[in-house]
Amino acid sequence: MAAYRSAAGFQRVLLAFKHVCLKQRCGVIICRYSTVYDPNEKVSLIIGVIKTCKKMGIKTVAVHSDVDSSAVHVKMADEAVCVGPAPTSKSYLNMDAIMNAVKQTGAQAVHPGYGFLSENKEFAKRLAAEGVTFIGPDTHAIQAMGDKIESKLIAKAAKVNTIPGFDGVVKDAEEAVKIAGEIGYPVMIKASAGGGGKGMRISWNDEETREGFRFSSQEAASSFGDDRLLIEKFIDNPRHIEIQVLADKHGNALWLNERECSIQRRNQKVVEEAPSTFLDPDTRRAMGEQAVSLAKAVKYSSAGTVEFLVDSQKNFYFLEMNTRLQVEHPITECITGLDLVHQMIRIAKGYKLQQKQSDIPINGWAIESRVYAEDPYKSFGLPSIGRLSQYQEPLNLPNVRVDSGIQEGSDISIYYDPMISKLVTYGKTREEALKKMEEALDNYVIRGVTHNIPLLREIIVHPRFVSGDISTKFLPEVYPDGFKGHMLTAGERRELLATAAALYVAAQLRSQKFLGDLRVSIVPAESRQWELCVELDKGVHMLGVSRAGNNYTVEIDGEKVEVSGEWNLASALLPITINGKHRNLQCLLRTAAGEITLQYLGTSFKLRVLSKLAAYLSKHMPEKIPEDTSSILRSPMPGSVVAVSVKPGDNVAEGQEICVIEAMKMQNSMTAAKTAKVKSVHCKAGDTVGEGDLLVELE
Amino acid sequence: MVDISTDYIYQVRLTTHISAVIGSLTHALFTNRVNARGYSVNHPSVQERIEKKRQAALTGGGQLRIAAQHKRGKLTARERLELLLDPDSFVEYDMFVEHRCSDFGMEADHNKYPGDSVVTGQGRINGRLVYVFSQDFTVFGGSLSGAHAQKICKIMDQAMMVGAPVIGLNDSGGARIQEGVESLAGYADIFLRNVMSSGVVPQISLIMGPCAGGAVYSPALTDFTFMVKDTSYLFITGPDVVKSVTNEDVSQEELGGAKTHTTVSGVAHRAFENDVDALLNLRDFFNFLPLSNKDPAPVTECHDPRDRLVPGLDTVVPFESTKAYDMLDIVHGVLDEREFFEIMPNYAKNIVVGFARMNGRTVGIVGNQPKVASGCLDINSSVKGARFVRFCDAFNIPIITFVDVPGFLPGTAQEYGGIIRHGAKLLYAFAEATVPKITVITRKAYGGAYDVMSSKHLRGDVNYAWPSAEVAVMGAKGAVQIIFRGKENQAEAEAEYVEKFANPFPAAVRGFVDDIIQPSTTRKRICRDLEVLASKKQTNPWKKHANIPL
Repeated sequence: MAAYRSAAGFQRVLLAFKHVCLKQRCGVIICRYSTVYDPNEKVSLIIGVIKTCKKMGIKTVAVHSDVDSSAVHVKMADEAVCVGPAPTSKSYLNMDAIMNAVKQTGAQAVHPGYGFLSENKEFAKRLAAEGVTFIGPDTHAIQAMGDKIESKLIAKAAKVNTIPGFDGVVKDAEEAVKIAGEIGYPVMIKASAGGGGKGMRISWNDEETREGFRFSSQEAASSFGDDRLLIEKFIDNPRHIEIQVLADKHGNALWLNERECSIQRRNQKVVEEAPSTFLDPDTRRAMGEQAVSLAKAVKYSSAGTVEFLVDSQKNFYFLEMNTRLQVEHPITECITGLDLVHQMIRIAKGYKLQQKQSDIPINGWAIESRVYAEDPYKSFGLPSIGRLSQYQEPLNLPNVRVDSGIQEGSDISIYYDPMISKLVTYGKTREEALKKMEEALDNYVIRGVTHNIPLLREIIVHPRFVSGDISTKFLPEVYPDGFKGHMLTAGERRELLATAAALYVAAQLRSQKFLGDLRVSIVPAESRQWELCVELDKGVHMLGVSRAGNNYTVEIDGEKVEVSGEWNLASALLPITINGKHRNLQCLLRTAAGEITLQYLGTSFKLRVLSKLAAYLSKHMPEKIPEDTSSILRSPMPGSVVAVSVKPGDNVAEGQEICVIEAMKMQNSMTAAKTAKVKSVHCKAGDTVGEGDLLVELE
Repeated sequence: MVDISTDYIYQVRLTTHISAVIGSLTHALFTNRVNARGYSVNHPSVQERIEKKRQAALTGGGQLRIAAQHKRGKLTARERLELLLDPDSFVEYDMFVEHRCSDFGMEADHNKYPGDSVVTGQGRINGRLVYVFSQDFTVFGGSLSGAHAQKICKIMDQAMMVGAPVIGLNDSGGARIQEGVESLAGYADIFLRNVMSSGVVPQISLIMGPCAGGAVYSPALTDFTFMVKDTSYLFITGPDVVKSVTNEDVSQEELGGAKTHTTVSGVAHRAFENDVDALLNLRDFFNFLPLSNKDPAPVTECHDPRDRLVPGLDTVVPFESTKAYDMLDIVHGVLDEREFFEIMPNYAKNIVVGFARMNGRTVGIVGNQPKVASGCLDINSSVKGARFVRFCDAFNIPIITFVDVPGFLPGTAQEYGGIIRHGAKLLYAFAEATVPKITVITRKAYGGAYDVMSSKHLRGDVNYAWPSAEVAVMGAKGAVQIIFRGKENQAEAEAEYVEKFANPFPAAVRGFVDDIIQPSTTRKRICRDLEVLASKKQTNPWKKHANIPL
């Protein structure tokens, strides 16, 4: 505490975070920092910043858009200022409003979080003009590194390995095609000002280049207010490994080891770990030293990240430098024991680094899963929205840290990235950290929005991931036909069926338990033996269930499964023991008509449990004919309509673009499922649409 | 003679051995009779006849008609009862009753079906007693004969005496035309009993096939009418008659299908996918109801902690008072296990009503729905709410009301439709109710609608306001236009009005709300209040019956 106080120089810091950034935190530093932070306390990065500031005796001011006015960080900060309505361009990107907030509150420093203004050189300049300290690198460094074209030139000069490509701004789609031809396909088209996968497209031929150019420039314009694009050679099947650097204002710089971020979907990270299984000490040192020399070349100060692509031969190429604190920084904190926010504030105030390179350890292993409000069954994750009707983080487990800025009742809106939290687990070994991650994902309760836990849970147990054989193409290679959820083995299937049957019987028995004095006595249908029929994925199983107290014996196809548990029917979690093994399931749905949805091994499975009689009689029930979906185009996610390319009466070919939906700043082209005539159009540009809303009908 | 008798006794014994249907008592009884009377050698034995009749009763209209019923996606009358009731709990009455019609060749043996076109009796649902009838479409299309009606009346009478609910499974083509006025008399006998039972024992109708003409009035008189999608219809006159009288072309489904009655007419309270789904849901629904008006609301074992805090409720009401939110988010959060059996979920959606449990005890929920028409009260929502409140009051079910109401819906359509008369029904129902009444004002409680929604003034037992509550005659804009008519600086006046009235204090300082509570503590508070109020006794003045504005 004393050490923290000594570093205090600011009295008031403004936290110019956007919503997503708020979902970061540097709260519980597992093991090594537990004396500083209460390990059971839940804080998000901004909250982590607030806490770090509090420990340093600094007052904090949170800025927020009106939809975030009741967010956790707003309540925790000493003061809060609303900077505008929900769309980011009117709030978190609204520099004037933020500058006003600075003046109004008299803040002496601004911590920009990540994203949005964190890498905006204009913003840093304006702060400097007002004499307000920007907690982050100097304007010069932001400018140099924020521009991908310039950063590449500087990197080359600093003898950092770079990717072959076109060092300039691409004028139009035709020039893009020409340049692509010169470099040779595949190429990557990306926003000059961008980051985080936005405005980034890979192209394998001329046609894709034209289309990619159009989408990328639109996305770049809407996300960064800058539509300049550049093109470079796309390194096929690489790993994405980044080096965390820390530099002070006195020319000292350190590399804090690497983070392996290869598991990505649509160029956005999903699972990260530190350290990487792939790097040997020599490569690590070589990468670290290049990263530090780049930082020194731009006179970098504060925390930053140098991203590299690493090919299978361990050749590495400089990708870009992020001049901000990254979403995945907690795993570096876990293995090095450094509090990066604390370091950033110290550096901003002008203190020297206390550590030397030889002081930076790799202690244990940390894994981070990004938990998104996304449907992983659609292109590994299309955004979903909703209200978190139930939300419970697995913080009861040791060595688990959850960085989130949301709580039960929070709305996940269409306006920002759909990130729910960063879930970090730590272990002495990678195996231990992964085991812990399994447990944490199983105990994470999220209701009200579709989330990607099924995908995360599958990735971390996949043999290729476990063996460390990964690349940025991991997801499309492992799931070429898209993610389908966990594939049950015969044994797992039995466990699932048995659990559903036992749960059904427990619920049936409870529904006969009436309390109090009864005028007409109850005649319970006392039974110790049940014959049930359980449906799962169109498979139908006859089960025999017998019960002794809380223990159920379920007979499935001649095999016996023993299931026992507390059978608390109100709890979101269903901890049970199946054949002596402990399992954490979640019951997502249980209806009177026997429908039971269980989350098992991350994936949710729909079952239907019926008595033998009800199952027998069900065969007479008429089949309801589902809607023909090939002639109907529905919105796959909530968002807004950017453009509609057809009108009623138009003939469209299969695969032709019909309209473009933008959600969470991603543009998605909606195409015709068959060749037909357009019957009716139910949306127009500018409309806000919900998931499943009818867009266009074909004949 | 003696030999023959012996022979017969032997035969009876053999039959008894084979048939498990007949108990030993019956056996002894009939054996004695045979001995005493001594039937002739050619006469089929009584035992055989019993057996034959039972078999005939069990197969109803025969295998062909059963197959046809199945083909339509419908179960038979007996299959339905088997599914509705606990295993082996059904006790059948009047299996041997036959129709008494002798016209149009009806007296012929092949036109007589033991039990006629309805199966009646009593049984158990989750151990609790219930009387049931199930119309058998395979016998004369389930048409109602004098005998059919008499069977139904018998179980209804007994249900009243015992104090247990009646569930009717309707699947009938209508009156037995061959019987003429006898069939009509039968309907009236049932109607009378529906009315006499009303408010004494819960009555539930599940429409599982056609139900047309006068027959519709029995379900209409019962407390709840449920339907099966695609296979059930309710109408006074069918499409053919409609065509000939009004020249309208309309299908059965459009005229009286489940969708029509659960969304447009408000005749049915809920619809289910198919027979199996409907019967399983009915079992679930039955658990919410007390057996009669002499019984308290049932309490079941509850796993949800009664003092559970609901943090999500602190953020559910938006800051802008014009912004909508989903009242169901509040309702689900507060209830045991988020379990809510909504009544009329697709009709007059600006009010939400339904059954749930709080700490295991059945409660009735009434809530304005800001998501639909701003949660205003109109004709349909008033009637929907009023009928539900009266059911709860009749059967000792505490009522919990969540208020966010901007007022009654203005306009000629509403005024001409009689919103004054219909709105009065909801007011009346809340005012006369003597069950425990707990009210939570979540946001707006404006104008007369504030009074109506179970206010303190209508004998609300515990009335809470959330910090976001605004109890006032109207919204700021409208009020300022009246108070400061013609004056400048309307915006300033509006701000003053908001400062004065757009908060819970004006109501709280007068004691019109008992407390201003943190939303997340709502469940805890209600559970505690319900325990205290369980022994509430309140009576209205003696009257023959009240005169609700119909």
